[in-house]
Amino acid sequence: MVTTTRQEQHERVWRAAAAVTDPELPMLTLADLGILRRVEIGDEGTARVWITPTYSGCPALAEMRADVDRAVRAAGFDQVRVHTELSPPWSTDWITDEGRRKLLENGISPPGAAPKRADGPVPLTLLPTRTVPRCPQCGSGQTEELSRFGATSCKSLHRCQSCLEPFEHVKEI
Amino acid sequence: MSGDHIYSALSEEHGGDARWAFGTGFTDALAGVDTTVPEGVDGDDLALYCQMLGDDALVQAQRLTDWVTDAPELEEEVALANIALDLIGQARLLLARAGQADGSGRDEDAFAYWRGPEEFRNVHLAEAPRGDFARAILTLLVLSSARLAVFSRLSSSKDPVLAAVAAKAVNELAYHREYAVSWALRLGDGTPYSHERMVAAVADVWPLTGELFATHPVEARMAAQGVGVDPAEVGQEVHRVLTEVLTAATLDAPASFPEPVVAGRQGTHTAELAPLLREMQKVAREHPEATW
Repeated sequence: MVTTTRQEQHERVWRAAAAVTDPELPMLTLADLGILRRVEIGDEGTARVWITPTYSGCPALAEMRADVDRAVRAAGFDQVRVHTELSPPWSTDWITDEGRRKLLENGISPPGAAPKRADGPVPLTLLPTRTVPRCPQCGSGQTEELSRFGATSCKSLHRCQSCLEPFEHVKEI
Repeated sequence: MSGDHIYSALSEEHGGDARWAFGTGFTDALAGVDTTVPEGVDGDDLALYCQMLGDDALVQAQRLTDWVTDAPELEEEVALANIALDLIGQARLLLARAGQADGSGRDEDAFAYWRGPEEFRNVHLAEAPRGDFARAILTLLVLSSARLAVFSRLSSSKDPVLAAVAAKAVNELAYHREYAVSWALRLGDGTPYSHERMVAAVADVWPLTGELFATHPVEARMAAQGVGVDPAEVGQEVHRVLTEVLTAATLDAPASFPEPVVAGRQGTHTAELAPLLREMQKVAREHPEATW
């Protein structure tokens, strides 16, 4: 067996877990999405990985955990534990610049800044307050929202009024 | 695809390129979360409190799924299904927390599928018949507003798990409410016919709102310990929100909520809950050994 330092093992686990892709947004890795929180090598050589759910009901989370488990095992670790970390809650602000670039390249409009919420009551807004996303195909700012809920929890559906193409937008949350 | 059984390649044990027709094997919603009950917090009370909040979400979600294949437009069907999915996610975390807090080790499925109606702790509005789309929107507006008010306060709960679940849920509830607000405005201030349907929805839903602000002894004790929120405390805020929305939607907002009377929180339910649960629990009860 090749002797490796704790630091090297740590990096290997991180790289393996970070490269796992989201089953719903396969162009994004868990690192791009910002849901890979940390990894740790236990004394007995157990690789521990912490990921955080995007939405409470995200059905992809179990699949992502299974994928991480498999990827880290494939990287040479027999003992793998994939943990959930709930706090602080994930927001789309955790999506990296690289992740945003990949979304755009794949015709999905990346999220703007997540709504800032101070502690206490969540203010009521009677008018749409969301920023109007740009068309990922032609770049036009003239777009309309078709539905706030798209094919997955994290996306809304829009149409460009310039090129008339429909497109998906990752909702700010 | 090799193996004795044509589905063997789909099972979790298969490794390699296995997919998850029979589940991923990763079913614990709180895996790896420190689930110690904080010192000085009563575990049984915490478990019941989590069931109250979890059952509201689970039963409301099951009711919302009545709209799948039956909504006025495909977009609304997708929206309501997505909202239901968020609520199921919240319910999973809360019910998993309940099973740890009371020391029984019951998992979320044990709570969802193996309790009878008298053991459910949800408010009546969550189990009420779905009615028409106007009523569904008004129900969603009321429930999301009340839940948002409670959960934004729960984000600082003394129970770190409850606080984390609530902080996550707040973002989701805020856009559930936004969705309900947008339709309430459109329908209330729409055609005379849509307005009339919304007026009827307010008349149907309002009598069920009092219970949302009634305090069960468990809620009172949890609030006193800094773990929970006394629902009576959020009544005013929720009334202000609903009044603002209904007024903007050209609808008359009743001046106050009906008298707060504890009902569903103590397991007393309407006749609507049993058939809802029967449908939700059917597969689990017919195939008790199945896993997914």
